[in-house]
Amino acid sequence: MSDLPNVEIVLKASALCKNFGGIKATQNVSLALPRGARHALIGPNGAGKTTLINLLTGVLPLSSGRIELLGQDITHLSSSQRVKRGLVRTFQINQLFGSMTPVSTLAWVVSQHWGLGSRWWNPLGHKPVVLTRVDELLVQFHLTDVALERVSTLSYGKQRLLEIAIALACEPKVLLLDEPVAGVPAGEREEILITLGQLPMDVCILLIEHDMDLVFSFANRMTVLVNGTLLCEASNEEIANDPRVKEVYLGAEAIEGVTHG
Amino acid sequence: MSDPISSSSSFLNLKNHAKIKSWEWVGLLLVLACPWVFVSHAMLVNEIAITALFAVSLDLILGYSGIVSLGQAAFFGWGCYSAGLFAKLWMPDPIVGLVFSTFSGVLLGFVLSFTILRGTDLTRIMVTLGVSLIGYELANRLSGLTGGADGLQGVLMGPVLGLFEFDLIGQVASLYSVTALVLVLVLLRHLVYSPFGVGLTAIRDNRLRAESVGLPVAVRLVVIYSVSAGVAALSGALLAQTTGFASLDVFSFERSADVLLMLVIGGAGWLYGGVVGAIVFKLFQQELSSITPQYWMFWIGLLLVILVLVGREKLFSPFKRLMP
Repeated sequence: MSDLPNVEIVLKASALCKNFGGIKATQNVSLALPRGARHALIGPNGAGKTTLINLLTGVLPLSSGRIELLGQDITHLSSSQRVKRGLVRTFQINQLFGSMTPVSTLAWVVSQHWGLGSRWWNPLGHKPVVLTRVDELLVQFHLTDVALERVSTLSYGKQRLLEIAIALACEPKVLLLDEPVAGVPAGEREEILITLGQLPMDVCILLIEHDMDLVFSFANRMTVLVNGTLLCEASNEEIANDPRVKEVYLGAEAIEGVTHG
Repeated sequence: MSDPISSSSSFLNLKNHAKIKSWEWVGLLLVLACPWVFVSHAMLVNEIAITALFAVSLDLILGYSGIVSLGQAAFFGWGCYSAGLFAKLWMPDPIVGLVFSTFSGVLLGFVLSFTILRGTDLTRIMVTLGVSLIGYELANRLSGLTGGADGLQGVLMGPVLGLFEFDLIGQVASLYSVTALVLVLVLLRHLVYSPFGVGLTAIRDNRLRAESVGLPVAVRLVVIYSVSAGVAALSGALLAQTTGFASLDVFSFERSADVLLMLVIGGAGWLYGGVVGAIVFKLFQQELSSITPQYWMFWIGLLLVILVLVGREKLFSPFKRLMP
């Protein structure tokens, strides 16, 4: 599917709305990610960022609106069907398989993604290609040293890396990263930032993050959400200098930091 | 890009992990030898093999997939009565009857799987318990067919494979059940280490994430619930065929609860946990009830409390190191 000709916009969301009873959690939000995008989604607490991710991935049904992936309408597809088409997310709070090891986790995710998941006679990792792919992922995500340890005993930083590795094992076209460095201690932060920086450019990434250093160094465009509505969408410099954004979100010091740094 | 050294290491790791170890083959052979070694206790061997198979069926859904059930006896009872009726009304051949009961159990499991797809542990406990109670009362009420409270009597089985008549001391019966147990264990040994089996563990560990990497969770649960029901029905059918009798207690709550105890004693989420649990439980029952006929459950209760409070890992870690 990746070689569809001339598809400029990979993920396109138009006029998304979500109501919980009388509460309008998302109102008329639109978003378009071109190929290779490094796009950030920012906004104060309660702005509806995670709701928007849940709408895009199909965890929550839309009240109205339309979502297209590679020009195809995916509005009514289930979340697992969206994953198969290449729309994959990570979670703000780690969602891992605690009793497995990184090797078995990734081998299973790769097998599942390659349609081997319902094989029931030969053991997991029977096909060498699966293991080759697993080893690439282990190296890419700095997990080789802990590859055979129980996931629940890994350090938080390693778990965070595995969280992203699982998503990448699904060969995403669009990767939604929900606060990838939230709660990671300083010592392990660098490793995650480097790994994020090295994610392949043919994957287009939507990043939700509160850490403004990461947002401004990683993304080149951003969307600002406030109270479930779209405040603006622009490049980093424009956002940093936008008085409305300054007012609702960033605060004077953060902008100072960006313009001087 | 891929590093050949690390590549071969994770390759070897998963391969070795999944390979059927020599101690497993030895164990399976020892189990197969039991009907010959313990000829004088053949009926006990038979009963343990059947119970072990039943416990293994519960392990598939509870230990591997995280589906709590307090009504696994529904499938056991179904297998028991269907095998008895099949022999009585249709054909006395044991193998054909066993296949029939197993597949009818799979079908029943398929239908009932839709009751456990959603909900919490508590709702699943209640639903599965409810289903087994319904089974109990149906077998009680339909007395024209099942014999009601008197049980299903007059089940006459033909010889196994047309050659081996069930004898009075039960050696053929125990061989028959033990063979079925070993065959099912070998099949399931493949299943639990396969991508399908690891997917069940993924569902148990984190259903949300399993779904979000594209696993059709509901489909997998339907499949494993049906397989588990089939294995439970198979064990029930063995009981009816080897004892020539089916009584209402095959549906009883105690049977569902006992098998849960066995699984906890032997270790849930480990294929042989059900077998170990059944052996320990039945031998305890046999030995203790000859000493204190009324109070033997006291000791099972004490064992459970110790197991759960101290933790199996700590109790048995010396043994684990001995068998890599």
